[in-house]
Amino acid sequence: MITAVLEKIHSGLPGAHVELVNNPSPCAQHSLLVGAADARAVAEFLRDDLQFDFASNVSGVDWPPRKVKESVVRKETVDGVEKEIKETIEHDVPGYLEAVYHLYSVARKCGPITLRMRTVDRDKNVSLPSLTPVWKSADFQEREVFDLYGIRFDGHPDLRRLLMWDEYADHPMRKDFVPPDDFEYEPTPHDNVLKRVKAREATEGEGA
Amino acid sequence: MSTLAINSTSSGDARTLDLSLGPQHPSTHGVFRMNVTLEGETVVKLKPVFGYLHRNHEKIAEGNSWLAAMPYTDRLDYICPITNNWAYAVAVEKLAGIEVAERAEYIRVIVGELTRLQNHAAFLGFVLGDMGAWGSALMYAFREREKILDLFESLTGARMMCNYMRFGGCRCDLPPGWIEGATKVVDKFPAFLDEMEALLTGNEILLARLQGVAPLSAARAINGGMSGPVLRASGVDYDIRKVDGYGIYNRFKFRIPRGEVGDCYDRFMLRVIESRESLQILKQAIAGLPGGPIINPKAKLRGFRPPVGEAYGRIESPKGELGFYVISDGTDKPYRFRIRPPSLINLTLLEELCLGTKIADVMIILGTVDIVLGEVDR
Amino acid sequence: MMNIPGSGIFKGMVVTARNMVGSYLLKERLTTEQYPEERPTLPENARSFPFLVYDGTDPEAGMRCVSCKICEKECPPQCIYIVQDRDAAGKALKRPKVFNIDIAVCMSCQICVEVCPFESIRMDNAYELSSYDRFGSLVLDKAKLLKSNAYYQSIHPTEAAETDGRIEADRLKKEAAAAAKAAAAQKAAAEKAAKAAATPAEPAAPATPAPQNPEASA
Repeated sequence: MITAVLEKIHSGLPGAHVELVNNPSPCAQHSLLVGAADARAVAEFLRDDLQFDFASNVSGVDWPPRKVKESVVRKETVDGVEKEIKETIEHDVPGYLEAVYHLYSVARKCGPITLRMRTVDRDKNVSLPSLTPVWKSADFQEREVFDLYGIRFDGHPDLRRLLMWDEYADHPMRKDFVPPDDFEYEPTPHDNVLKRVKAREATEGEGA
Repeated sequence: MSTLAINSTSSGDARTLDLSLGPQHPSTHGVFRMNVTLEGETVVKLKPVFGYLHRNHEKIAEGNSWLAAMPYTDRLDYICPITNNWAYAVAVEKLAGIEVAERAEYIRVIVGELTRLQNHAAFLGFVLGDMGAWGSALMYAFREREKILDLFESLTGARMMCNYMRFGGCRCDLPPGWIEGATKVVDKFPAFLDEMEALLTGNEILLARLQGVAPLSAARAINGGMSGPVLRASGVDYDIRKVDGYGIYNRFKFRIPRGEVGDCYDRFMLRVIESRESLQILKQAIAGLPGGPIINPKAKLRGFRPPVGEAYGRIESPKGELGFYVISDGTDKPYRFRIRPPSLINLTLLEELCLGTKIADVMIILGTVDIVLGEVDR
Repeated sequence: MMNIPGSGIFKGMVVTARNMVGSYLLKERLTTEQYPEERPTLPENARSFPFLVYDGTDPEAGMRCVSCKICEKECPPQCIYIVQDRDAAGKALKRPKVFNIDIAVCMSCQICVEVCPFESIRMDNAYELSSYDRFGSLVLDKAKLLKSNAYYQSIHPTEAAETDGRIEADRLKKEAAAAAKAAAAQKAAAEKAAKAAATPAEPAAPATPAPQNPEASA
């Protein structure tokens, strides 16, 4: 179904940056990676022309910079004989934040279609277009993604924090989030928090 | 506790009241806050405030194994723990391609529909309490609910927080005499529904307070992401048990009730009619229960490592569409564990529904949307 | 039909009156249990917090736990704390020196029971455990956790019977394996002895053929 949708998008919106992302799991729920500039147009096309009128879920995902191993086969002439050499190349994939949308069609009773949008990086360029004007159900969920991941949604009617309080500064669901240990609570004897508190107190004592 | 601030607009005459229907409130179904701006008694603006029960379930799940996330799902929508377990099990079974044992599928349907019955019974009681019937109607509903919770205790060991589903089946088999107990509950439940309907239908107070309050059109409901009884009350024929056909629901004959106007009365009575349909499913499931193993023999308990990939699995929980979006990176801990909470998303249109209604109606509207804060804040 | 205003409310009041009067006459209408004078009868499967099982009469000697730490690893809120016992030379023993469960953190999920390979941790059903002392009474140490198998059989008879059956089956299998091993060893020794007996009393190394008379002419 996703390939049919992709074809329709390419024919309906030529030039839109939409590509298929493969999902190796047995459920085969492949997703469409949409470029940030075309996201609103693609979303409106999906809602109006293909009747995907129900945006069920909006999630944020954090992909920190990682190394990906790829095994390639290349041909090389050694001593006049052409040989195939297999080697594994490791390349760095820069980090990004992702917003994943799951869409269903109530009118045609089918789905899910997964849309993904990726930010450029994890610290400076973290804005994505908001799809709340297209599907109102994305309203609170995009607020939550902003709160917990830090993605700014341009065009959102009311982008504030949802679960954390308004003056909070960090983004808790990121992979490099350091949980605080400066709160008053008595952990049980084997708690990791107690170790960190002791370590912090030791360094503070030295510094003081 | 509610705090208020009186302010005057620039026009001088009109004065609005900012009221914080604060986190401690008997009718907000948990620690839920609404910043309401009133003109007289009419609501002009409503901004819900969340986060008082935020327990970062999603982050905890990333640090524990796949199985260890199961008891935490009990605590999401704590009125219906077993359906939460089921949704998570469905998502992971989709991710890893695990088949579920057939006897386990039937038992899942039985305990799932029992959960729906007791959730709707609690809903009836709570909405009547919100409307001013205080505790009496609530206690009638809880009397029935306790019978179902006793069944859960004898099956799983705990009244709520059952931790019953596993990937590929259920945790333990039915003890002797359980099916007879369940059949007795199913036989007596229609009498309770009849009694509640005698109490409610035709009751002038109820009709005056529920009918015509906050109608919701079908198109608006779909765009706003409503799901479950709220969506069906607006006239949309969409029940995930029929659409997705997860588990073995396509083997049972049951009808999907639909509302006409989508006002509070439709949302309220729809759940009563849905309970009757659940009883039909229960009768069929109990009659068709096969023998066999309770869990897929190839399912692993410890050290479960699903393949790399992602999956979105959803079920029709009593509150709406409960979905789990799980990403696996091949290790024994989830990479991303996202809960699609029906209660939070059903609140998206709360402001729209409440604009122009009276302050007393806000509680009724919130009550008929049927939220549980454990799910809203996770 | 009844269109008298107020008839709906009147019907509702009839239901309430029936419930009230019925609570004096019918047992099923009177559902309040006068706790703490009347205590509920818990079903057999009811669970509250874990405890350690020991066989026999001596808790330390009959303890089934071998300090494998699987329950500590699988516990979702990490409320179990185990330190393995070591003997005087520092070698690890198959018993825990420290076994603490913080029941203020425990969420009664029963995963520790499911993953224990040695049938040694089980769920208790005592629920009146409130106290004013957070760490004194709510962190249960090994001494407070150890309860006898007889106690386990009294609170969960079916489960205890199944567990005992499994332990007995394991023991019989081990005995059978040991017996089979002993029998096989005996058989091998017997075969070896038989082989030694079967070969004739050796004339020293195969007799060299009597030297041919070199003078014998061909």
